[in-house]
Amino acid sequence: MTDVATHAATSPRFKDNAKSALADADLQNALKFVEVNFIARRREAAERLPEFDALRDSARDIKDHTLAHLDLYLEAYENRVVERGGHVHYAVTGEDARQIILDICRKLGARTVTKGKSMVAEEIGLNDFLAAQGITPIETDLGEYIIQLRHEMPSHIIAPAVHLTKAQIESDFRRVHAHLPAGRNLVEPTSLLTEARAVLREKFLAADVGITGANFLVAETGSSVIITNEGNGDLTQTLPKAHIVLASIEKLVPTLEDLSQLLRVLARSATGQDMSVYTTLSTGPRRPDDPDGPGEYHVVLLDNGRSSMLAGEFRDMLRCIRCGACMNHCPIYHAVGGHAYGWVYPGPMGAVLTPSLIGIDKAGHLPNASTFCGRCEEVCPVRIPLPRMMRSWREREFEQHLSPATVRSGLAFWGFFAKRPWLYGVATALAARLLALAGRTRGRFSWLPLASGWTRHRDFPAPQGGTFQAQWNRQRGRLARPVGQADGPNL
Amino acid sequence: MVRRIGLLVTCLVDLIRPSVGFATAKLMEDAGCIVEVPRQSCCGQPAFNSGDRTAAREIARQVIEAFAPYEYVVVPSGSCAGMLKVHYPELFRGDPNWQPRADAFAEKTYELVSFLVDVCRVDRVAARVEAVATYHDSCSSLRELGVRDQPRRLLATVQGLRLTEMRDADVCCGFGGAFCVKYPEISNAIVSKKAAAIAATGADLLLAGDLGCLMNMAGKLQRDGANIAVRHVAEVLAGMTQEPAIGMPAGPPPCSPPHAAESREGEVKR
Amino acid sequence: MTPRELVLATVRRSLGVTGAEATRRSEVAARLAGHPPGVVPERGQLEPAGRLDLFARMVKAAAGTVERVADMAEIPAAVAAFLRGHNLPLAIRHGGDPLLSSAPWKLAGTLEIRQGASDGADLAAVSHAFAAVAETGTLVLTSGADNPTTLNFLPDVHIVVVDACDVVSDFESAMARLRSRFGAGVMPRAVNMITGPSRSADIEQTLILGAHGPRKLHVIVVGKP
Repeated sequence: MTDVATHAATSPRFKDNAKSALADADLQNALKFVEVNFIARRREAAERLPEFDALRDSARDIKDHTLAHLDLYLEAYENRVVERGGHVHYAVTGEDARQIILDICRKLGARTVTKGKSMVAEEIGLNDFLAAQGITPIETDLGEYIIQLRHEMPSHIIAPAVHLTKAQIESDFRRVHAHLPAGRNLVEPTSLLTEARAVLREKFLAADVGITGANFLVAETGSSVIITNEGNGDLTQTLPKAHIVLASIEKLVPTLEDLSQLLRVLARSATGQDMSVYTTLSTGPRRPDDPDGPGEYHVVLLDNGRSSMLAGEFRDMLRCIRCGACMNHCPIYHAVGGHAYGWVYPGPMGAVLTPSLIGIDKAGHLPNASTFCGRCEEVCPVRIPLPRMMRSWREREFEQHLSPATVRSGLAFWGFFAKRPWLYGVATALAARLLALAGRTRGRFSWLPLASGWTRHRDFPAPQGGTFQAQWNRQRGRLARPVGQADGPNL
Repeated sequence: MVRRIGLLVTCLVDLIRPSVGFATAKLMEDAGCIVEVPRQSCCGQPAFNSGDRTAAREIARQVIEAFAPYEYVVVPSGSCAGMLKVHYPELFRGDPNWQPRADAFAEKTYELVSFLVDVCRVDRVAARVEAVATYHDSCSSLRELGVRDQPRRLLATVQGLRLTEMRDADVCCGFGGAFCVKYPEISNAIVSKKAAAIAATGADLLLAGDLGCLMNMAGKLQRDGANIAVRHVAEVLAGMTQEPAIGMPAGPPPCSPPHAAESREGEVKR
Repeated sequence: MTPRELVLATVRRSLGVTGAEATRRSEVAARLAGHPPGVVPERGQLEPAGRLDLFARMVKAAAGTVERVADMAEIPAAVAAFLRGHNLPLAIRHGGDPLLSSAPWKLAGTLEIRQGASDGADLAAVSHAFAAVAETGTLVLTSGADNPTTLNFLPDVHIVVVDACDVVSDFESAMARLRSRFGAGVMPRAVNMITGPSRSADIEQTLILGAHGPRKLHVIVVGKP
């Protein structure tokens, strides 16, 4: 289990987070863009490629094969990196990874580091840690830069600032870029981007170390692969003295051909592009005749509980390639956004992964806050059975007696009757009659005891009166006798 | 060929809206099936989705036994049919005695409309319902069972009915079983969008194949004051719309579903 | 145990293996050596002329621009025309690439040529692509003195020259070319696969070109396939 000292999870307060999110007008405006754009773009991209579903199968199989042989692919990958003059560091925990990165920075006398977008860096709380050690981390992905200015976590794994409106971003830029003329026009997104580009260009050129994540690690060649649209990851890793790749161990793929399969599903699932603009394979440090590139190349391989996940029912989660399609299609995410989930990974993938990383005792709400609508699994490029795994977490929770007492006692009460069909028949017949009588005039209830969660927002229909089974029985003769079970009294 | 059907009516239909059960029975009988109703409670989904596998298994065994005598099990609900067809086998995976039984049970289980279209090869109904209707795809029907075109195909043959598609018909209504009471605010946000999409079609009738979703959407539409009748798709296909719509008061004489079942005009043609 | 040993040991315990199993080892070795292809889309499987058309179409779909010239002698004029057309100063930077160095730049008159890696001061750079992928309109550039990586990212305008013969159908073909050029399992320091100019949609999902990399990407395809 990771230490989350620097990244306190608010997942236990999911319900409160969700309530505030629903009341946040700016957030609700921003979320509208997710629902419309991402979904339509993905669908169009998938429709343009007849082999898309076959590629999803292929992508799933590649990840499954790699995970089943992960020890051997890690060794092969490591050998290649070392052959090309790079360094590989294994980190068991987030704390280990932070220390390794700090040591590299210290050795180089680094004062500023530029960063490409990395969810693993968020997972280990790298920025706060480096800052506390006197090293200034600068996020360079536009969205990450914006949320760094606001001291926020990303609310989406590929669009970190998707929860913000341009007006909010404008006011942050005016606050932080105080050296620029106050009268400048920042109304259009283009002007905001141009300003960020200029500010960050200086940072790129001045940075001592560049830290990126990796979308994939290729065992065949010892390459780390980053995929961006902005080009920030490339400036981050090309210009400084050293490039540090921070990647979790499940990012391995065997070969360049396997990489090609995954590339074909990643961008299409994420943004609906056929390819993201920049896909870069980096292999080792600057070569003797290279005019540019980093002098040192380090890979920090983070485990942080993943090697244990390989053993159990959550192994499939390690196939995840972080495209964000699950959250883009999630009605819960559309309603409350990413921050409500309370930690680094939001949406359906977060609802499965977060309990593995910070504990089901803290993240119990996440796999429960799902209608099991199944849209996430339907769009997942590596076909992760997300609803099934959310249910597995609910089972763990139930087994460990972590489910709320009200849920457990309600379930026990219901189960008592459900397991005794004839008694169930008596009870429901009575309930149906009483409720029907009470609700006859209006046909529905606007308040019911024990159902305020429902009736606070909706009416509840009154039963028609008499259960189906009782009426059927009256009309058609006695109920068919269940096999091997004594018949109860007829109603 | 006469098919002997065990009707699993679902606990919600049993308790709240028996007329859906009678409409289901009529549709199947019109398709030449013999319908029986073994004593039943619930499919076990509440336990299964709450993480109580033991209780879910116990109930599943009971259901499998109760329906053992039947050639087919038909369910007027995508989510309960999905439980029987997709999740029962999952519950007993690796159990030498029960896995084969659960697999065989899954094999013979169908959601009502897909049973009519895919098994009985019904291609039209003789019902007449004057309305502009919009159809909501319940998540389980659509994504667990692949039911999408079947209801639309049959609804297109209902006289007087015009079908109009809502935006995002395939998006969850926010019901989600216990979800809607565990996370009522989120559920409300989702069903509010759904209600808006329904209202935007101008339809005066909302249809779906799952009573849970229907109650959720009807409850929201009615709370919002929208004048849209809400019914289970079986009621319309069977031409049994004499009963007040979901959540609507019974006009005099007070509701009496068994009689309604006799006074229908619709008839299923094969 | 070192962290490395600890991670590998946990992986193996979770997988229920020792790491010494001959079948697993040979399976992995065979995959790495044989690199079997997976699903390769039909889209790019065209005869050479169709492949070039597809490539051009896909570059444009990614907001890049494309032109075709008969041979290298036409490159200087094409570059100069592009810069003039966008009101840019007539100055470019390129690396030591033999093909680019051999172009008759003097024919473009006042075009100013600088060589080597970029320090960020250049407005326009010219690179020679190692290959291009028709399937998605993707350019494949390799690092080194011939085509420094900084030229791909720092200038506002990136002009990329690609030989028509180097436009391949799919990624697998590009990967095969990398292997045959650099050796099995060996890669240049950086392989940049570029599909269109830099962009961001991080502000209200409004797509804007020119985030941190080039605002414009112009591809010049030379010769016939």
